[in-house]
Amino acid sequence: MKLDSKTPSGPLADKWDNHRFSIKLVNPANKRKFTAIVVGTGLAGASAAASLAELGYNVKAFCFQDSPRRAHSIGAQGGINAAKNYQNDGDSIWRLFYDTIKGGDFRSREANTYRLAQVSNNIIDQCVAQGIPFARDYGGLLANRSFGGAQVSRTFYARGQTGQQLLLGAYSALQRQIGLGKVKMFPRTEMLDLVLVDGHAKGIIVRNLVTGEIERHAADAVVLGTGGYGRVFNLSTMGLGCNVTAAYRAYKRGALFANPCFTQIHPTCIPHTGDYQSKLTLMSESLRNDGRIWVPKNKGDKRAPHDIPENERDYYLERKYPSFGNLAPRDISSRSAKEVCDDGRGVGPTGYGVYLDFSEAIGRLGQQVIREKYGNLFEMYKLITDEDPYEVPMRIYPASHYTMGGLWVDYNLMSNIPGLHVIGEANFSDHGANRLGASALMQGLADGYFILPYTIGDYFARVGAQNINTDRPEFGAAEESVRSRIERLFAVKGKRTVESFHKALGLIMWEKAGLARNDAGLKEAISHIAALREEFWQDAKVLGDNNEMNQTIERAGRVADFLEFAEMFCYDALNREESCGAHFREEYQTEEGEALRNDKKFAYVAAWEYTGDGVKPELHKEELTFENVELTTRSYK
Amino acid sequence: MSTVQVSSGPAQTSSMVLSSSIGKKLFMAATGLFMSLFVLGHLVGNLQIFLGQDQLNTYAQALKDLPALTWSVRTVMFICLVLHVWRGIQLYFENRASRPVRYHVNATVQASLASRTMIFTGIGIFLYVVYHLLHYTFIVTNPQYAGLHDALGRHDVYSMVVLGFQNGWISAVYVLAMLCLCYHLTHAIPSFFQTLGLNNDKTRLRFDIIGWLIATVIFIGYTMIPVAVLLKLVILPEGGM
Amino acid sequence: MNFTLRVWRQKNAREKGCLETYQARDISEDMSFLEMLDVVNENLVKDGIEPIHFDHDCREGICGACSLVINGIPHGGKKGCTTCELRMRNFADGDTITVEPFRAGAFPVIKDLMVDRSALDRIMQAGGFVSANTGGAPDANALPIKKDTVESAMDAAACIGCGACVAACKNASAMLFVSAKVSHLAQLPQGQVERVERVRKMVARMDFEGFGNCTNYYECEAVCPKEISVKNIARMNREFLKAITK
Repeated sequence: MKLDSKTPSGPLADKWDNHRFSIKLVNPANKRKFTAIVVGTGLAGASAAASLAELGYNVKAFCFQDSPRRAHSIGAQGGINAAKNYQNDGDSIWRLFYDTIKGGDFRSREANTYRLAQVSNNIIDQCVAQGIPFARDYGGLLANRSFGGAQVSRTFYARGQTGQQLLLGAYSALQRQIGLGKVKMFPRTEMLDLVLVDGHAKGIIVRNLVTGEIERHAADAVVLGTGGYGRVFNLSTMGLGCNVTAAYRAYKRGALFANPCFTQIHPTCIPHTGDYQSKLTLMSESLRNDGRIWVPKNKGDKRAPHDIPENERDYYLERKYPSFGNLAPRDISSRSAKEVCDDGRGVGPTGYGVYLDFSEAIGRLGQQVIREKYGNLFEMYKLITDEDPYEVPMRIYPASHYTMGGLWVDYNLMSNIPGLHVIGEANFSDHGANRLGASALMQGLADGYFILPYTIGDYFARVGAQNINTDRPEFGAAEESVRSRIERLFAVKGKRTVESFHKALGLIMWEKAGLARNDAGLKEAISHIAALREEFWQDAKVLGDNNEMNQTIERAGRVADFLEFAEMFCYDALNREESCGAHFREEYQTEEGEALRNDKKFAYVAAWEYTGDGVKPELHKEELTFENVELTTRSYK
Repeated sequence: MSTVQVSSGPAQTSSMVLSSSIGKKLFMAATGLFMSLFVLGHLVGNLQIFLGQDQLNTYAQALKDLPALTWSVRTVMFICLVLHVWRGIQLYFENRASRPVRYHVNATVQASLASRTMIFTGIGIFLYVVYHLLHYTFIVTNPQYAGLHDALGRHDVYSMVVLGFQNGWISAVYVLAMLCLCYHLTHAIPSFFQTLGLNNDKTRLRFDIIGWLIATVIFIGYTMIPVAVLLKLVILPEGGM
Repeated sequence: MNFTLRVWRQKNAREKGCLETYQARDISEDMSFLEMLDVVNENLVKDGIEPIHFDHDCREGICGACSLVINGIPHGGKKGCTTCELRMRNFADGDTITVEPFRAGAFPVIKDLMVDRSALDRIMQAGGFVSANTGGAPDANALPIKKDTVESAMDAAACIGCGACVAACKNASAMLFVSAKVSHLAQLPQGQVERVERVRKMVARMDFEGFGNCTNYYECEAVCPKEISVKNIARMNREFLKAITK
């Protein structure tokens, strides 16, 4: 299969403008003849559904939560980047583009990343017009902060709840369209299959989570905004409902899955305390602006942090990366934490934690200043751990946070299946091997508000309105496969809980395919996953009825998909014999332990095609060409 | 359940304003305000008992000589009372209906007892008002009061009040009723400001204090009279009836 | 730690429910309330009993999915805290804990502790937005807004839509939820154009959904995990008064 990214020609800065001129339009009077299905109502899905409805298309929107406002975009704390250069500190579209593509370790598509930087400014304008209460200076203009290792202040924020405010903005736009009747909303409804008609994505099969009914929905195009797959690690900062099912079902219908091994591990999460743990809580990265990260120099030093003298502490990030210090990028910071803990120098009851110490900053700035900056985060930490960060250093540890990989899409955000569009975290396109802080919100809204609404029109104009009927045999076949799978899950009648399988999978993935990976470990993981999957289908215990609300069957379906997906993930990690961004292969590092990228062999997008259950998927490569940036080695020393 | 479409929205006519939930609040606030002002005015009249028989009876006669004023106030008061009570009871049932299945364990974090007992204090006040009208206004329960006249031939309101409160049971009813009223007002007065949208974080405590102050003044003012009678500080005029 | 739980079990919306008693054994004090329920559920499943259903997602106090009335108080009564953030160390070893769903006529039970809160969405559909189509917005800094104003709007906008205010209100009123949105947008210049219509429509929809009337208990404010002040209700009352006199 030849992967055509459909990247427009011309100078980088003009590509998007040229493309928008060259793509086809749908006549305003004809828009109402087209229907789009949007699955997922987070930042990308809600903004897309609302914008498409505003244009005049009919939209059917689906989410598994009880309301679109619950999508996990809401958990983003830090902020959203834009190249506004309001702070006059030398920011520009080009700089945001360059930072993003460099931050992604040159594994993203140049044109997509540039376009993201371009539309970033429109996002801020749109959000302000919706009434989102971004932080402001005393003069009434918008405030910015520097975030996640950026050298300019380009991050817009609403306290520590930027994701919430942006999502509620998109949600309110969506609610308006629901009220106007242009969007038909289906909450508590989960997509379980994609329906192809003549090779085009024309519908989905869903399960109504309240009644258990399997329903068919047809449309002229399907848009997936279903988020990331970080829960493949079980413990992550994501919501507990987050899953890979919709994307994975599309993959099984022929959509390519790109770069699944690119998963971001966030450095500042509260360490886990026991097996019961359901999720890891993220503490905003902004804490690293004032907190100093350290561990004891000596192994097994169990003294209280106050009792460890200065000269017996190892401020390892400051030591290894003098210029960036505690603000080193996420992947580097996370990996360093794992290294010191593996070295036996971790802190806390499990030994998997490092200190994030504010005593120096409190001494320098006073407790009041620290309280104003981080008060709510300190309170949250205290609520969870019962320790007061004003007195005792925080303990943090990396956790799975964001997934850069996702379904492969071209410049139009359309997958290799015509009509199937993928937006936000669910696609792979803009962040490469690592995402910069405050860029996830930017990408979700860029796709939903400003890119998909144009590019989907091109697809509509090309194929025309088809008024697909759900009585077609393709729908029947897809529904039947969904039904039989659910019946199979109920029929297992095993002894082991679904939850325990998810935990076991998470453990395999975290150990073998987490922060650092190697050939032997990944191969081991693949066989362990296959064995676990086998056991799952023989021993999983699914209780309750199918014709009513049943959280066990929901979870069973999702875990079953993770058990298949994880294997593909490992194949990808195995295939990529280099270290880049968040993907660290132990065999490929410098003598100093830094990531060793291999641009000659691996400057491509690895897009995997489903070839059968338990069979290694087929690799397709989209070569990445860089015409505008020089592939440098990231150095944060 | 699966869709959250606004299929059939409520109509948006101006006649619905008063039947809206906030409209009902405004209605309770407005009728309550009028009745509270009446209660204060009534108190000013009552306290004249401490100035002696002549003063109180003069005041009573003056009111009698202004039938247009008295009756219009009485009419409005009557309407306010009936509507306030009727709406209050209606709200109580509406609000109960808003939670058809109730909690097994009930707990309260900060809602005041006064706020949670408005319906009961309210009904208490209403029953009292009925008794009070029959007792002193229309002189039904104790018809002998009707024959009381002072030296100038006016209806001897003063003696009627003293005679009435010399009965410990009657005094107790009045004091208890005032407790109900004033407790009712401790929630009603701050609520009034909240409902009119005049409240904010700064004024909140102030309005609470104002509520308690007014309620206390009314309570002390009204209960002073039966207490003074029982303590024989206010006695029947020389020469009796 | 060990606890005795009395949990509301209800198979579906049609059938009647009742309180069932379960034991929660070997609970760590660091567990969140929901993790404690996870542990109980794991054991129930092992015993062949369907797990207790409850809504939850982010488990960090922001998505608003988790609910539960714990010993009579929505979200368990720890100030500024959702059920998912509530830790077991806030209970005493050996406690009996009663867990009920959010109760309101407008929140019908779906199963066990899970209720349908879509009425809140429908109120938002009636007017909880600024009608700004994608694309037409002026530059974000073209409209300076006072810092204090934005901070105050943000206080109201922090609402997570969990519905605890409704569950706590003795009248099952949704005034705090609705007022948070009305107040957020009424304070900002972007919200001015639709200010009058917004409050009228949202209040009308709120009433239509069958929520109770506000009688100023202020219990809503006490349980709100985002500590949204009842001054927002006062502001909405004011907005409504202005709207009906226009």
